[in-house]
Amino acid sequence: MTLFGRRTALANQSRPLNLQSYYPLWFYVPAGVIYGLMFLLPTFASLYFSLTRWTLFNQEFIGFENFVEFFNEPFLLKGLVNTFIFGFSTSAGKVIVGMGLAVLLTSNIYMRGLLRSVVFFPVLVSTIGIGITFNVLMDPQDGVINAALAIVGIDGPHWLTSPKMAIYSVALVEIWRGVGLATLILIAGLMAIPDDFYEAARLDGASAWHQFWRITVPLSRPAIATVLTLSLIDGLRTFDLVWAMTRGGPGFSSDVLASVIYKQYQAGFYGLSTAGNVILFMVIALVALPIVAFLNREER
Amino acid sequence: MKTTKSLRTLSAALAVAASSAAVGSSHDSVEVTLLTDNSPNSVAVFNALEAAFEQTHDNIDINVETRAGGTEGDNIVRTRLATGTMPDLFFYNSGSLLQALNPSRTLIDLSDEPFMERVSPSFQSVVSDGKGGVYGVPGEAGMGGGILYNRKVYEELGLEIPRTWEEFMANNEAISETDVAPVLGSFGATWTSQIFFLADFYNVLQQDPDFAEEFTAGNIEMSENDAILKSFGRIQDVYEAGYFNEDFASATYEDALRMLAMGEGAHYPMLTFAVTALLESYPDAVEDLGFFSVPGDSADANGLTVWMPGSIYLSQSSEEPEAAKVFLDFVASQEGCEVIVDTIGASGPFLIETCGLPDDVPQPVSDMLVYLQDSSRNAPALEFLSPLKGPSLEQILIEIGSGIRDAESGAELYQRDVRRQARQLGLDGWN
Repeated sequence: MTLFGRRTALANQSRPLNLQSYYPLWFYVPAGVIYGLMFLLPTFASLYFSLTRWTLFNQEFIGFENFVEFFNEPFLLKGLVNTFIFGFSTSAGKVIVGMGLAVLLTSNIYMRGLLRSVVFFPVLVSTIGIGITFNVLMDPQDGVINAALAIVGIDGPHWLTSPKMAIYSVALVEIWRGVGLATLILIAGLMAIPDDFYEAARLDGASAWHQFWRITVPLSRPAIATVLTLSLIDGLRTFDLVWAMTRGGPGFSSDVLASVIYKQYQAGFYGLSTAGNVILFMVIALVALPIVAFLNREER
Repeated sequence: MKTTKSLRTLSAALAVAASSAAVGSSHDSVEVTLLTDNSPNSVAVFNALEAAFEQTHDNIDINVETRAGGTEGDNIVRTRLATGTMPDLFFYNSGSLLQALNPSRTLIDLSDEPFMERVSPSFQSVVSDGKGGVYGVPGEAGMGGGILYNRKVYEELGLEIPRTWEEFMANNEAISETDVAPVLGSFGATWTSQIFFLADFYNVLQQDPDFAEEFTAGNIEMSENDAILKSFGRIQDVYEAGYFNEDFASATYEDALRMLAMGEGAHYPMLTFAVTALLESYPDAVEDLGFFSVPGDSADANGLTVWMPGSIYLSQSSEEPEAAKVFLDFVASQEGCEVIVDTIGASGPFLIETCGLPDDVPQPVSDMLVYLQDSSRNAPALEFLSPLKGPSLEQILIEIGSGIRDAESGAELYQRDVRRQARQLGLDGWN
């Protein structure tokens, strides 16, 4: 970013703005029209409709009442809290598990290529399919997971039907689903670290643990930052997996912002639902931007 | 089409095959499309109605389309009406859910049609907008909400049908000593959580006869209203006493029906339309089942909460309203009712005045009919007396029925849910 910034700044200094030297400006028109119609117009329309009570047939301007309503509703607020739990726990989980797998899969192990494909495989499967499958696997009475736990004498938890557990169970599945992509990015990051560093460290007598913390982690920082950012944004606006597995239940205990918004839409509260979307957009921007800035701070 | 009368009773699959053959063979006919929910009952009924109708009407082709049910279905219906893409006819709830469709702006008024004279006034009142417009004809039979029970379990333990809530809980206590689950919960199908609450409304009306009007006007604070708090508390009582089946949190509607039919569960709070599904899956077990209303405080005031049938409506976006009306005329006739009974059995009374029921109805249905013979022993569910029904009710009741919150805090939450709905509908008194 900064590199480009500097270059343009230099160009601007050395030479006054000369439109003749660019492609004709009307080249921008088609893209501009599409962008305006498909993005800008709906965005501003939704900002307006979020301030109304809207039935699709007519709308009544009510100011910020929808937003007030959103933050006063206990279950809407619960959705907000769960969104953060889900976003942060899945992105942390993906980085930690993904890092372990990446280190394993870049080391010298038998059938490395096959194992890499196996780890990546869940990324290829439809999220809804995963949700429905795990719904069956996690069934407290007849599910395979609890049946397997019962063999070793463990009384499995009520994964999706316990109000305290449900959101974490979904987060676990999300980690399983997304860890393949995280691993892939982290493997690319690890491969970019020159072997010389490890050689030098070994000569100085550094243990494997030290090599990991002092060489691998700092030098794969860009890859880690990428994984964290992507999975955080994914996690904050997640919908499909939660909907396929619990529909926000039992009760409201695993609702996230996106599922709450969808339910308001289903109920016909279109204004309230639009206000929820505006909130979701701002939450993601407010959370993601500083984190991205922080993670990329030393990346120059 | 050369279908014989006996063919009518065949399964939905045959009806579909027959109807596609009809589409292939006709040329100058008018096409009318009907959108229904995808429950096996509805699909079977409408395909059978289509086949029977086309036998006598060469120039009209009925085309049955399906949509998802539940809140997903509400969403589809509202969106398609609002965007003018609704097919000619559609099957949907009557009562409060109809009010959310803005009927006077989206549906064609049928009040002047001659066939409406056959539709009973009590049904017309739940498909009207209160300003003279009447919008639908019944597309199924009427239903009762209460408790389906296994009569074999009752016989073995020597239990009596409970006439008060206390007696009901005492029966549960006796059943809980055995392997049988006293009450079946099926929160895996979220809508089923509502029945204890909704079917208790007869008892609310006994205590508070003006409840519906006051509720609609916004004069009732539910967390402070004794009668409705008791309704919220039913499911809490059952949960706290541990009477639910072990897998109540994940079991589905089908699971619960199986457990009831197999005698693994004794009571299942449900609407009587479940009898149709039971007849289909467990035909031999249905005679072992029975039905009683949700009991209240007093044995003297024991009665049934009644559900009006879903209705077929005619959309204003229809291009063939006259042909569609011919089909409505057919559905609202004795012939129409007979097709329904032939297809899915007699699950309740028809709201079409020329239609009777066969003499041998399934046991749970005949148990229900007893309540309907005495007008003081039945009352409509709240959703047919008020346009208000909050969309989060099923989640709230699951929370109460799983011990996440108590009846009072659930009532408070539902109050807010209803207030949002009232404001959306533009009702006075809720601001």
